[in-house]
Amino acid sequence: MATESGPAVDPIHQFALHPVVPINVAGIDVSLTNCGLFMLLAVALSCLLVAIGARGGPGVPGRMQAMAEMGYEFVAGMVRSAAGEAGMRFFPFAFSIFFFVLLANLIGFVPYAMAATSQIVITAALALIVFFTVVIVGVREHGVHFFKLFVPPGVPIYILPLVVAIEIVSFLTRPVSHSVRLFANMLAGHITLNVFGSFVIMLLGAGAVFKGLAVMPFLGIIALEALELLVIFLQAYVFAMLTCMYLNDALHPGH
Amino acid sequence: MEPHELALAAKYVGAGLAAIGTGAAGIGVGTLFGQFLNGALRNPSAVEGQFGRLIFGFAVTEALGIFALLISFLLLFAV
Repeated sequence: MATESGPAVDPIHQFALHPVVPINVAGIDVSLTNCGLFMLLAVALSCLLVAIGARGGPGVPGRMQAMAEMGYEFVAGMVRSAAGEAGMRFFPFAFSIFFFVLLANLIGFVPYAMAATSQIVITAALALIVFFTVVIVGVREHGVHFFKLFVPPGVPIYILPLVVAIEIVSFLTRPVSHSVRLFANMLAGHITLNVFGSFVIMLLGAGAVFKGLAVMPFLGIIALEALELLVIFLQAYVFAMLTCMYLNDALHPGH
Repeated sequence: MEPHELALAAKYVGAGLAAIGTGAAGIGVGTLFGQFLNGALRNPSAVEGQFGRLIFGFAVTEALGIFALLISFLLLFAV
């Protein structure tokens, strides 16, 4: 895309998938890609954090233990506030989702690493896991009563069909908005950083007069990195929070 | 004008139009924090309990602006 009018750096290139360990099973390409590698890294890091944190030991708790406990308390508070005490059954699920998304986002923050959550297929898979968990748990726990979710109480009978249709559509589009929110935030954040980086390169290459101006987009990058760090935590929080709210629908349908 | 030039121009115009949506998200975020401050100054003791909801609302509102930005980026770099 390095055309004369276009940017000097292709901001989309960073999301390209390429195989790290080529594996081919019966003609199907199941290679370990760079995205898969960073996902494995996120899983390993979150396991390591909790394993070291839960090791305990004599005396004063260390930093890792304090961090793991803070994470536990944070997610437990989130599950309790969104899905009630009955939702604590799904605490391990919410905890795994929160830490996987958070660490995948944070790994993506390291230059030359890739944010696994900036691939729509990853976030869509996560959102679909949540969606089907909600449907299966809801139907198993409440049977037909689960579908009371689509019939809000106190609605006059003559607009009820319309309301039910809207409720069903909004229920079915949940995985779309759930996955696209995280994906779009990570994608747009990384592209914005890249575009600002290309501003620096373009200004440095534009001659002596403009070289001094290159400081401005560089300061912009620093400010954007701070904003990105906020977004990373927020989106992990929101993804896990929405998971809890959807689980709440499965546990307590009809209100 | 050549057809591909026209398509290129339409692409850039479309990207610019899509970016208007980020401004709309700006209105939403401004309303959110303004209303929160409005309520917080009336009842400062309730602030801490509502902070999570504020952040949640911010993230959900901001995401819509990001959607618009995503469309803009898609038009610029992926179409």
